[in-house]
Amino acid sequence: MSDAIPTTAPSATDDPLVGALRQRFGDHALVEQPTLTGLPVVWIARESLGDMLRFLRDMPEPFEMLYDLSAIDERLRTHRRDLPAADFTVFYHVLSVSRNRDVMLKVALQEGDLALPSVVSLYPNANWYEREVWDMFGIDFVGHPHLTRILMPPTWQGHPLRKDHGARATEFDPYTLTVEGQDVEQRALQFKPEEWGMRREREGAEFMFLNLGPNHPSAHGAFRLVLQLDGEEIIDCVPDIGYHHRGAEKMGERQSWHSYIPYTDRVDYTGGVMNNLPYILAVEKLAGIDVPARVETIRVMMAEMFRISSHLLFLGTYLQDLGAMTPVFFTFTDRQKAYEVIEGITGFRMHPAWYRIGGVMQDLPKGWDRLVQGFLDWMPRRLREYERAMMDNAIVKERTQHIAAFNTDEALKWGVTGPNLRATGCNFDLRKQRPYGGYENFDFEVPLGRHGDAFDRGQLRIEEMRQSLKIIQQCVDHMPAGDYKADHPLTTPPPRERMLQHIETLITHFLQVSWGPVLEPGESLAMIEATKGINSYYLTSDGNTMSYRTRIRTPSFPHLQQIPAVMRGGFVPDLIAHLGSIDFVMADVDR
Amino acid sequence: MSWLSASLIATLLAMLQAGVILLGVVLLGAVLTIVERRLLGLWQDRYGPNRVGPFGSLQLVADMIKIFFKEDWIPPFADRALFVLAPAIAMASLLLSFMIIPITPGWGVADFNIGLLFFLAMAGINVYAVLFGGWSSGNKYALLGAMRASAQTLSYEVFMGLSLMGVVAMAGTFNMREIVNAQQGLWFVVPQFFGFATFLIAGIAVTHRHPFDQPEAEQELADGYHIEYSSMKFGMFFIGEYVGMALISALIVTLFFGGWHGPWLPPIVWFALKTGALLVLFILLRASLPRPRYDRVMSFGWKFCLPLTLINLLVTGALILLTDPL
Repeated sequence: MSDAIPTTAPSATDDPLVGALRQRFGDHALVEQPTLTGLPVVWIARESLGDMLRFLRDMPEPFEMLYDLSAIDERLRTHRRDLPAADFTVFYHVLSVSRNRDVMLKVALQEGDLALPSVVSLYPNANWYEREVWDMFGIDFVGHPHLTRILMPPTWQGHPLRKDHGARATEFDPYTLTVEGQDVEQRALQFKPEEWGMRREREGAEFMFLNLGPNHPSAHGAFRLVLQLDGEEIIDCVPDIGYHHRGAEKMGERQSWHSYIPYTDRVDYTGGVMNNLPYILAVEKLAGIDVPARVETIRVMMAEMFRISSHLLFLGTYLQDLGAMTPVFFTFTDRQKAYEVIEGITGFRMHPAWYRIGGVMQDLPKGWDRLVQGFLDWMPRRLREYERAMMDNAIVKERTQHIAAFNTDEALKWGVTGPNLRATGCNFDLRKQRPYGGYENFDFEVPLGRHGDAFDRGQLRIEEMRQSLKIIQQCVDHMPAGDYKADHPLTTPPPRERMLQHIETLITHFLQVSWGPVLEPGESLAMIEATKGINSYYLTSDGNTMSYRTRIRTPSFPHLQQIPAVMRGGFVPDLIAHLGSIDFVMADVDR
Repeated sequence: MSWLSASLIATLLAMLQAGVILLGVVLLGAVLTIVERRLLGLWQDRYGPNRVGPFGSLQLVADMIKIFFKEDWIPPFADRALFVLAPAIAMASLLLSFMIIPITPGWGVADFNIGLLFFLAMAGINVYAVLFGGWSSGNKYALLGAMRASAQTLSYEVFMGLSLMGVVAMAGTFNMREIVNAQQGLWFVVPQFFGFATFLIAGIAVTHRHPFDQPEAEQELADGYHIEYSSMKFGMFFIGEYVGMALISALIVTLFFGGWHGPWLPPIVWFALKTGALLVLFILLRASLPRPRYDRVMSFGWKFCLPLTLINLLVTGALILLTDPL
């Protein structure tokens, strides 16, 4: 692995950014925490939070994006050497595209006083993140415009990510739903415009409030969007999420490091093994594993296969949302070709759960290169056909060009990443900017859009598929020889060949499968350029077989939060075009 | 047997003929649902329904059994009378229009002197089906669909009538049989090409076929005006749509492609072939085009099609006056 993983904590005192913060706010204002996250993590006082975020946001080469915001319940954490006393920690992960740097601010909170000032006025996308923290941890954000539950049902009791909240159905009374209970739940979900500061009428004309979803053909899953309509013009809208919430973060606290891998597959269910990657990379940082070049290349190849598969699904449904019924059948034919390759190599189609801590599950099968090459030869002609038949079509252009457009500043402000950010012309692709997992060895371009409209978002993904094909071709041509698993005691499960011959490896294998590997206490974070944007896992280990806290930052969550800002003043068909062009998956939003 | 006079026999024969045509049209509408699915399958690299009977030929029977025996549900929040009336209007107005189509020299239900006007009147009534259905359903999506449909039909019917006036002027009659006979030398599609093009567009719009299916746009309005309908009431909207498609195709054949005229083959075959080709065109359009935005459809109608039909009518009139001064 080329981006060397620091096995010891980086001596971050010489970090110029932390230096700048110290200079501005004084030495006593921050406490640095050594971590394996690869970014400076500083603890600050609650009172200086607003000032410090404003300083970071307004400095030259600013931190434009609030990348992530969540919390940790620290009450049961045993390994907290030299950290400020805290029952709960709220962390703010801000990102600067111009500096290509991140910084994480942490605020310690005590149980009797779980409140923080809201930062929605600084970063508008803090809105949903703060609601999520309130929902999951019960931490209050003073000054938040609408602090209500976001992922859990409005009637839910308790805050699920607290350590004292049950994690399994068996810890609760058996679930029953009576007719009265159903009525209560439904009434709780009823939309009341006044709660959102909306008016029911204007100048004598009544607005129509339309529930688009949770079951609607274009909602791409269980997603509800309440529209305030004047005729077909969208005055305002309120996205309502949480219908696909499965508690993936909570499950991370109850599964061993190894057995959590299949859960990651299902976070962005069109991304397959691409989802394993950030989790595995973060775990490997904690474990201090360097994987062989062959593993990196295999992982890159399979991840890019899934990028193509996901983009094909996007393309088909995007065009279908524009009313073209045929392309989706063609892209599904292509996806079938991709799945034949994926199935041949991993043995599974959508959710292979194929990456392992320290390697991949198996070596490549005999004849894999012919299989992959067949797909590589098939695709380019198809992509040209999609461009000719659809992207050049006057109706498609008329439906998408200059529709639902936003610029780079707005995108960064709302936490938009991935192809949707690059469609605005912002050159920020982690595979280039912060190469991980071996991407630095590949030659490919980063396609950029210009207008940030629904058309560019579609066109750009076709180009991205071409680049992915180029990367896969390089994998086929230059697949390194070597092991498919790292030679490391924490590689889980250990290589089978050795396990059959060495008693030590057999014992390790047995322990890792029955208990799970034990990782050193620490915090690590890995970000990847996933199919829909930047996906990261922020793992906290307390020296156990399971994660103490698994924070999954997914790209679709902020993308949906941005919808009202983009769609105000648009028409219903434009909204459908926009929903199609975002490329979101509700499992990726709700986790 | 004095009561069995010649005129009575003629009347009975005409009634029988009408019955056969009615049955034929309804059956055609039903068969078209399967034909469309098979053709779409062909163009979309898949099979389509091919399980029931040889080559899926009995799929139609299966569908009919299903739709007849489904629960005929009327939402409690619906306006019952209008809710029930709407699909009946949808089906009846289109079926009645078939009355004026001369299929062959000997076949056809009615021979009106105002044949074409009768069709336009029926097409006008047809919009009430959508309007009633959408309004009485008590559903916001249905209402939006009905709103779109009435605005769209209104704008497209304006030039739909006008697009046919060129044909009427050239044939000098509203009578469909005389229009067909006027095309013995040259099909009207040649001199009246713009009339044909605009009528085709208007015809697609009036039958709510893709790409002018904004009133039911699945991706936007989740089926629009008939979202609350089930069972045979939905079936009547559904079959009605295909009957409409067949009607527009038959009308285009009659008005622009010389009706039953053609060499070698018998008239009925020519009529069926031409109508079938147009039906396939309808289906092909659905398979290949995305859906334009609703307001663009409207402005296309008012700003492009309407002026085009007016110019076409003016030029046709001028030419007729020049070549054949009264």
